[in-house]
Amino acid sequence: MLEDQFILEKLNSKFGESIIGYEQNYDIMAVYGDKEQNLKILQYLYDDEELGFKFLTDLTAIHYPDNKGEELVVTYLVYNMRKRKHLRLKFKLNIEKPDIYTLTSLFVGANWLERECYDFFGVNFVGHPNLIRVMNVEEMDYFPLRKEYPLEDQARKDKDDDMFGRGDSHFNLGKLNI
Amino acid sequence: MKEIKEKERKNIELPEESLEKKSRTLNLGPTHPATHGVFQNILEMDGEKILSAEATVGYIHRAFEKIAEQRAFYQVTPLTDRLNYCSAPINNLGWHMTVEKLLGVEMPKRVDYMRVIIMELARISDHLICNSVIGVDAGAFTGFLYVMKYRELIYEIYEEISGGRLTTNIGRIGGFERDFNQIAWEKIDKFLNEYPKILKEFEGLFDRNRIFMERTQGVGGISLERALHYGFTGPNLRAAGLDYDIRTAKPYSRYEEFDFKVPVGTTGDVYDRYMVRNQEMWQSLSLIRQAVQKINDLKGEEAIPHHADVPDYYLPLKEKVYTKMEEMIYHFKIIYGEIDPPVGEVYHAVEGGNGELGFYLVSDGGRAAYRLHFRRPCFIYYQAYPEIIVGSLISDAILTMSSMNMIAGEMDA
Repeated sequence: MLEDQFILEKLNSKFGESIIGYEQNYDIMAVYGDKEQNLKILQYLYDDEELGFKFLTDLTAIHYPDNKGEELVVTYLVYNMRKRKHLRLKFKLNIEKPDIYTLTSLFVGANWLERECYDFFGVNFVGHPNLIRVMNVEEMDYFPLRKEYPLEDQARKDKDDDMFGRGDSHFNLGKLNI
Repeated sequence: MKEIKEKERKNIELPEESLEKKSRTLNLGPTHPATHGVFQNILEMDGEKILSAEATVGYIHRAFEKIAEQRAFYQVTPLTDRLNYCSAPINNLGWHMTVEKLLGVEMPKRVDYMRVIIMELARISDHLICNSVIGVDAGAFTGFLYVMKYRELIYEIYEEISGGRLTTNIGRIGGFERDFNQIAWEKIDKFLNEYPKILKEFEGLFDRNRIFMERTQGVGGISLERALHYGFTGPNLRAAGLDYDIRTAKPYSRYEEFDFKVPVGTTGDVYDRYMVRNQEMWQSLSLIRQAVQKINDLKGEEAIPHHADVPDYYLPLKEKVYTKMEEMIYHFKIIYGEIDPPVGEVYHAVEGGNGELGFYLVSDGGRAAYRLHFRRPCFIYYQAYPEIIVGSLISDAILTMSSMNMIAGEMDA
């Protein structure tokens, strides 16, 4: 059994100040790290015999527009299959310069996940072999999952109802002598 | 996976009008009848042999993650239907469990067993489609038509429980909207009695069929090491030889109380994937039987509930909303979002039809998720597809695609 405290101690003794903090989210611990060290931290978690986080479960980003200077959080979920242990890693990025090292050298599967992350949040994965959009059209010039692009207000009133079959002309076809 | 010779690689790079150029570019998809969905593959072909491949997705991207940021939790369930639509109930219930984990709600035993029945039925219908479609792509149509009758029966069971067939929107946060009715129980019994015989006959058609074995063995294989590197989960990983199954690795919905085996393959080729799925159907049948037995064994108070006692989150039945005071109050409270969920983030994974289906939910206390991310197994393992098919024939590539159970809806989310 791999204890959260043990993982944290090992990371702290190896990386010192590059480990910024941690939080406990239900059953999974999340460790905050320095974004410059992301590849080194994940490489260490992969290589170390006692830790052995050799499976990348998930990779995504979150946008917090109010945290100035640290707007984007890139988060990795790694898994140790032998000891059945999840660990989440988080790296805060400045939205003006969202650079972080790619994990494609460590996990091939990170390729598309990073492309998806770039596509929706504009995270620039340095060293990625093919960092192009994966879901959206290539001509798109913005990153849709960022919070500055709100969805349409469900209660908006300015729509032209005629276009949606709810206008007057729809119900009063008889009057038009058709 | 076979190696491509240096000479062939040089050939690809020649310009289109060159006389020496032997290969040609072929667009397989995005709407090709053999790909069973919207997938595009740009292939470089030498005759029938694939020299290089490039996979493209995104044709049916529907921005579920963005939409979920403006919808209350109970409104996200219909979106999850449309991920892997071959086993929609697993997605629905996985989402409910994620929210329940965030809220800290514990389910009664009976609800968990009912969920196991639904999820295992969904797994059977998912595997059924996948395996019979492998047969169709290999030229054996009979098996497909033969088992389709029983997928129909499974859909009828869903219909009795939720009213939906393909996109089920089954259950609620906190349980089921209503108890299974008598017809549903009878149909489950009918399924349990009749399906084993059909599955046996289906296996008889394929398992030791010489033509089927020749077509599938050694085709579309991937080594365990590469599969893990790519992030494979579910039957595709188990076919490569690792018994990773979330039902045993991180049990949810009381799977730890059940007795079942996790079948594994060795080579990770089409035949192994087919066999793993077939064996899983037998295990699912046994799981449903056990769950029905466990529900019948419950006594007294435990034998009644079909939902947990959490009126703050459990959307009441519409008839009661119209006739009972308390239910009406809670209905309005939930619909108008007066009850704040806790702040926090939670990751919950269920064993979906084709792998680890994860929900990463970040809540800021609002009625909608601050961020919701789906870990879609299809999206993750589709990137291995070009690597697997390079060097093989185009007919094998089609078989490989159907055996990996690629679902376009899950990939594009």
